[in-house]
Amino acid sequence: MAEIANAIRFILNDEEIALTDVAADTTLLDFLRLEKRLRGSKEGCAEGDCGACTVLVGRLHGDEMIYDSVTACIRFVGSLHGTHVVTVEHLRAKDGTLHPVQQAMVDQHGSQCGFCTPGFVMSLYGLWMRDPHPSQPAIEKALQGNLCRCTGYAPIIRAAKAISSYGAPEADPLRAERIALKGKIKAIHDGRRVEIADQIIVPASLDDFASVYEANPGATIVAGSTDVGLWVTKFMRRIGPVIFIGHLQELKRIAENDSELRFYAGVSYSEALPSIAANFPQLGELWDRIAGEQIRNMGTIGGNIANGSPIGDTPPPLIALGAKLHLRWGEHRREIKLEDYFLAYGKQDRQPGEFVESVTIPYLPAGEHFATYKVSKRREEDISALCGAFRVFVNDAGVVGMVRIAFGGMAATPKRARAVEAALVGKPWTLETVEAAIGAFAEDYQPISDMRASAEYRLLTAQNLLLRFFHETTGRGQRLRREVA
Amino acid sequence: MNKHPTISRSTLHESTRHDSGPKHVSGSAEYIDDMIEPAGTMHAYLALSTKPHAEIVAIDYAAVKASPGVIGVLTAEDIPGENDVSPSHKHDEPIFAAGKVHFWGQPLFAVIAETRDQARRAAHLAQVEYRDLPFALDVRAAQAAGGQLVTEPLKLERGDVAAGFEKSPRRVKGSVTIGGQDHFYLEGQIAMAIPGEDEDVTVFSSTQHPSEVQLMVAHVLNIQQHAVTVNVRRMGGGFGGKETQGNLFAAVAAIAAKKWNRACKIRPDRDDDMTATGKRHDFVVDYDVGYDDTGKIQAVDAVYGARAGFSSDLSGPVTDRALFHCDNAYWYPAVRARSEPLYTNTVSNTAFRGFGGPQGMMACERWIEDIAYDLGRDPLEIRKANFYGTDSENVTPYHQVVEDNVIHRVVDELEQSSDYQARRKAILDYNAGSPILKKGIALTPVKFGISFTATWYNQAGALVHVYKDGSIHLSHGGTEMGQGLYIKVAQVLADAFCVGLDAIKIMATSTGKVPNTSATAASSGSDLNGMAAWDAARQIKARLVTHAAKLYQCDEAVVEFVPGGIQAGDQFVAFAELIASAYLNRVQLSAAGFYQTPKIHWDRATGRGHPFYYFAYGASVSEVTIDTLTGEYVVDRVDILHDVGRSLNPAIDIGQVEGGFIQGMGWLTTEELVWDDKGQLRTKAPSTYKIPVASDVPRIFNVRLAEWSVNKEPTIGRSKAVGEPPLMLAMSVVEALSMAVASVADYKIAPRLDTPVTPERVLMGCERLKREARG
Repeated sequence: MAEIANAIRFILNDEEIALTDVAADTTLLDFLRLEKRLRGSKEGCAEGDCGACTVLVGRLHGDEMIYDSVTACIRFVGSLHGTHVVTVEHLRAKDGTLHPVQQAMVDQHGSQCGFCTPGFVMSLYGLWMRDPHPSQPAIEKALQGNLCRCTGYAPIIRAAKAISSYGAPEADPLRAERIALKGKIKAIHDGRRVEIADQIIVPASLDDFASVYEANPGATIVAGSTDVGLWVTKFMRRIGPVIFIGHLQELKRIAENDSELRFYAGVSYSEALPSIAANFPQLGELWDRIAGEQIRNMGTIGGNIANGSPIGDTPPPLIALGAKLHLRWGEHRREIKLEDYFLAYGKQDRQPGEFVESVTIPYLPAGEHFATYKVSKRREEDISALCGAFRVFVNDAGVVGMVRIAFGGMAATPKRARAVEAALVGKPWTLETVEAAIGAFAEDYQPISDMRASAEYRLLTAQNLLLRFFHETTGRGQRLRREVA
Repeated sequence: MNKHPTISRSTLHESTRHDSGPKHVSGSAEYIDDMIEPAGTMHAYLALSTKPHAEIVAIDYAAVKASPGVIGVLTAEDIPGENDVSPSHKHDEPIFAAGKVHFWGQPLFAVIAETRDQARRAAHLAQVEYRDLPFALDVRAAQAAGGQLVTEPLKLERGDVAAGFEKSPRRVKGSVTIGGQDHFYLEGQIAMAIPGEDEDVTVFSSTQHPSEVQLMVAHVLNIQQHAVTVNVRRMGGGFGGKETQGNLFAAVAAIAAKKWNRACKIRPDRDDDMTATGKRHDFVVDYDVGYDDTGKIQAVDAVYGARAGFSSDLSGPVTDRALFHCDNAYWYPAVRARSEPLYTNTVSNTAFRGFGGPQGMMACERWIEDIAYDLGRDPLEIRKANFYGTDSENVTPYHQVVEDNVIHRVVDELEQSSDYQARRKAILDYNAGSPILKKGIALTPVKFGISFTATWYNQAGALVHVYKDGSIHLSHGGTEMGQGLYIKVAQVLADAFCVGLDAIKIMATSTGKVPNTSATAASSGSDLNGMAAWDAARQIKARLVTHAAKLYQCDEAVVEFVPGGIQAGDQFVAFAELIASAYLNRVQLSAAGFYQTPKIHWDRATGRGHPFYYFAYGASVSEVTIDTLTGEYVVDRVDILHDVGRSLNPAIDIGQVEGGFIQGMGWLTTEELVWDDKGQLRTKAPSTYKIPVASDVPRIFNVRLAEWSVNKEPTIGRSKAVGEPPLMLAMSVVEALSMAVASVADYKIAPRLDTPVTPERVLMGCERLKREARG
C-alpha cells in the first residue's frame, strides 16, 4: 500500500493551497466563491453547460504544464491535487493593466451584461495560449461551452481574432510565473496516496486505485466529474467516499499497435482527439460535437462508457467498430465486447469493485465504409436526439459482406440494429436494398418521445441516416457546409 | 480665446465602450451574489409544488425544520401584509400558494438556513399532501376547457371587415403556433435584503423595475414605501425576465430579513429559476384573411390565444402588444383582432423582449406566406404590395397614423445591398439540381411601436449632483442589464456639460435617488432617462449661466458651454473652476430632471389612440440550407439594415442588433419549451433548453445601421429605441427555412412551419409537403 498524505494540495493563482478538511462533494466553484471569496467566476447553471464558471486547470504533462479550460461548477476540489488553478482574477496585472485577452474583449465590445464574460475570457485565454491566431472554426470550437445571451457572439469572435494584436503568448506575464511554479507542482506529486476523512481517496497509481477500489467497492469513482458532478449539483446526492482518478497518468495512456488503438479509461475526449483523427477520421466531426470544450477537457472515454448512458456519443461508433472493453477488479482482468457491457437502462456488466481500465478499438479494415451521424436540436454542445454509427463491407460483387449499425438515443441502451443488419447482409448494396431494409428499424428500436425529439422523428431520421450513409458510400451524398466564407 | 486644450469633443453619437467593460472582463463587476454578505446573512430557498393543479391538503414541515442549519420556515402566515406580488394588482399572484397550487413549480414555502446549501437541501424534505384537480396546460387545452381568461381581452377593429371579406376574391384561413421562450439571463433571479432600524429594509434586487420591487416589499411587509430602498447596480441579463419576476424573491428576502432581523439572500438554482419564473407567451393564432389576385390584403380577422399561465402578471399588456403588431409593416383596409390571455396551469408568463409584438408579427408573416404560395409569388412581392403608405394607407388597426414610415427605403436598400434578387434566382436553380440539400432565402421587415402602451409609464426622472471639484454624480431611474443604458445616459450628460466621461460617476439605480420610476423595458431606457438626465443638466446649466454672466459681467446670451468649461464672452473658465466659484456664490449644483413622452394617448376601451411616439424600422435577409434527410440546417448568410435614428452610440446599438437578432433566432429555431403530460417543464436547464452558441451565428453576418435615419420626433439626440426591435429581424430565418421546405413540393404548397422551427419541424414539414404533393 502506498504511503498516505492527508491534504489536497494545489496552487490557486499564486497561492499555495493545502486542504486537510474538505468534503468529497465540494466543487471548485463553491470553494472559489464561498471560501476564497473569489467571485469573478460565476454560477450560471451548475451543470457544466454555460461556461460562466470557466477557469483554467494546469497540470504536468511530461515536463510541460498543460492548461485546460474546465467548468469549476462540476469540478471537485478533491480532483485538483497537484494542479495549478487559474481564475479570472489572476489575469489583470497588479497595476490594473488588462491582459491582452481582456483588452481585446473590452475594445471589441465583447461584454454587455458581463455575467458570462469571465468565462469567455478564460476560454479565450486557453485558446490563445495554444493558438494565438485561431481560425473561425477554432474559435467557435473553443467557445462551444460558453453561453452568452446578450451579444450574439459576433463581438466575442472579433475579440478572439484580435487578441494577438495586443501581445503574444510568449510575452504573457503569467508565463514566467508558470515556469517557476512547475517545481512546486512536481513536489506535490510525491508518490503518496491522499486520503481525507474516509471520504476522499486520491490513489497514488493505477495499481493503488485497483486495490483501494477492491477494498472500497461502494466508493464513487470520479474521473472527469462531468456526470457525477451533476449528481451533486442538481440532485444533491451524497457521493462519498470518492476515489478520484483523473490525475492517474497510467490511465491516460494511448497505445497503438498493428491491429488496434487502446485508450485507457482516463483519457479525456480532448486528449483522444489526435489519435481519433489520425486513425478514425470519420469520427473527427462527432468528437468536436461532444459537449463543449471544457467538458471535453474533463470528460473521459472510460466514463462515457462506464456510466452506461443510453445517449453517450462514443458507444455507437465504438460498437460499430467492434471495440472491446477491458475491465479490472483488483488484479483480475477480463475482456468483453463493448456492446455486451450495456445490459439494460442503468444496468451494466460491471461488478462491485470492478472498473473500466481500457477500451481497444480495432482499426477499420481497408475497403470498409464507416460513418457516424449525430443529430441534435442544436448542432453543437447538445445531447444527441439520436446518434447512429454505420459500417459496411461491400465485396467485389457489390454485395454486403458485413454490416454493423449501432445507435444511441433509440433505446434504453446503446444498441445494434440487428434486424436492419440482417436485412442488408448478403444483399447487393443498392438503394433498393436499403429502402427495403429501413423498415426493419422499427423492429430494432421503439424510441421514446421526450424533450429532445419525438419517437416518430427519431425513427424516421434513423432510417434516413442509413440512406445518407448509402448515398455517401456511393458518391452521391450531400452534407451541409458550415465553413465561414 | 483661451479654450481648454485637453478636453476632447463630445462623446454623444460616438462608439464609446461599455462603462463596465474593464470590470466585466476582470471579474470585478459586482453582481448581487458577489457582494460580501453582512455577518450572519441567512439564505432562503423556495420549495416548489410538484402538481400542476391541486388542493394542498397538508404540509408536514418536521423533516425540513430538523434539517441541519435550518433557522426556520417561511409560510403565508409569516407575511405581515398581503400574500401577493401581482404586478397587475389583481391580487392573483401569491408569494406562497394559498390552499391551491396552480402550476408545477409554484412556490409553497421558503426555508431559511445558515447556508444556501442547507436551505436548498431542506426545501426538498417537506411532505406535501395534494388533492388533484383537472388541469389545462396549453392554449388549445385552455380553450377546450372553456377559455377562462386571466385579464380583460382587447379588441382592435378598423374598417368594415365583413365588407372586406365580401370583396376579396381570395381567402385563407389557418392557425399558427408560435412557441414561447425562456429568458435564460445568465445571472438568475436573486435578491438580498438587509434590515434596518424601525421598519426600514434595504433590498438589493436583480430587477428591471426597482420601484415596483419597492412597492411590493412595502405591500407584503405592510409598511409604507418610504421604508424600503431598492438598489440595482447591474443585472446579469434581463430581457424582460426581471421586469416583474424579481418581485417574489425580493419579497421573500425582505420578509425573512425583518422577521429574524438578519440579512437574507435568496437565489434559486437554474432548474428552479426556469421552472418557477415566467417566460415569453406562446400563442396560437387563428386567422382568416381576404386578399385580391395581386396579393393585396383586404381584410384580416384573427384571434390571438396566449398561454398566460395561472395569473395575470403582464399578460394583458403583452397580448395587447401582440395585437398592436398584428400588422407588422402592412396596411390592412379592414381588420379585427382579438386577444385571449388564457388561464393555464403553467407558470405565469411575462415580459420578454418584444413583449408580445414578435408573436403578433410572426403570425402576420404566416398569412403573407400563405398568400404568396397561393399566388405562386415571391413572398417579398406580397410584402411590398402591402406596406404602409406614407401619405395614404397609413392608419394602423388602433387608428394611429404612421407618420414616419421609412420601410420602403430600408427594404429597397437592403434588397440591393444583399443582392437579394440574384441570390434568390441562384437558389431556385440550386434547389432544382440538389436532391438532398435545399436552400431558402427570405426578406422580412420590422416596424415596431415605441412607448409603453400604459401611457403613464412614459415618464422618467434623473438626479444629477455636481460636486465642488467639478465631478458629477449621475442617477436616473433606468437599470443596467447589459444594454448600455448607463453609458448612453452618461454620454448625454457629458455632452450637455461639455465634460469628459471621466468626470461622471454613474451611480447604481436606487429608489432613494429617483422615485416612482418605470420599468426599464419597452426599449424606452435611453429615450426616457436620457431626456430626464438632459433636463437635470439643463437646470444646473441655466444656474451656472446666470452665475457666470454675473461673475464676468456679460449677457447670459453670450455664455456658452464649450469643451472643458464655459465661454463667457471673451473669458474661458474651466468647468471645475466655474463650479468652485458657483459653490462659493451659493448656486444650487444639484437638480432632479424629469421627462414625459409627448403626443401619446391610448383609450383601451375603444381601441383608439396614438399609443406610440414613433416607430423603429428594420429589415433582414436570411439564407439557409436544410438537409431533407434529417431536418438539420445552417443559416448561411444574414444581412441586416436597421433603423436606430441618429445613434447615441453605434457600437452599443450594433451590439443590440446583433444580440437581438441571435436571441430572436434562438426563439424561432432551437429554443423549445417542452412540458410533459403531468405539467412539469422538461426543458429547464441549458442541457435541455438550447439557446444559440457561437457557431450558430450566421456564416456570413452583415449588420448595418441606417445611417441616414434621423428620428422625426425630438427624442434625445434624434435617436431611436433599439432594445427590442432587432429581435424580430430573425423572422427572416423562419421564412427562409419555409422556402427551403416548400421546395420539396415545388413551392406549390404553403409550408406553414410553426415555431420554433427545430430540425424535427423542418423534417416533418418536408414529409408533410411531400405527402400533400403526392395527393
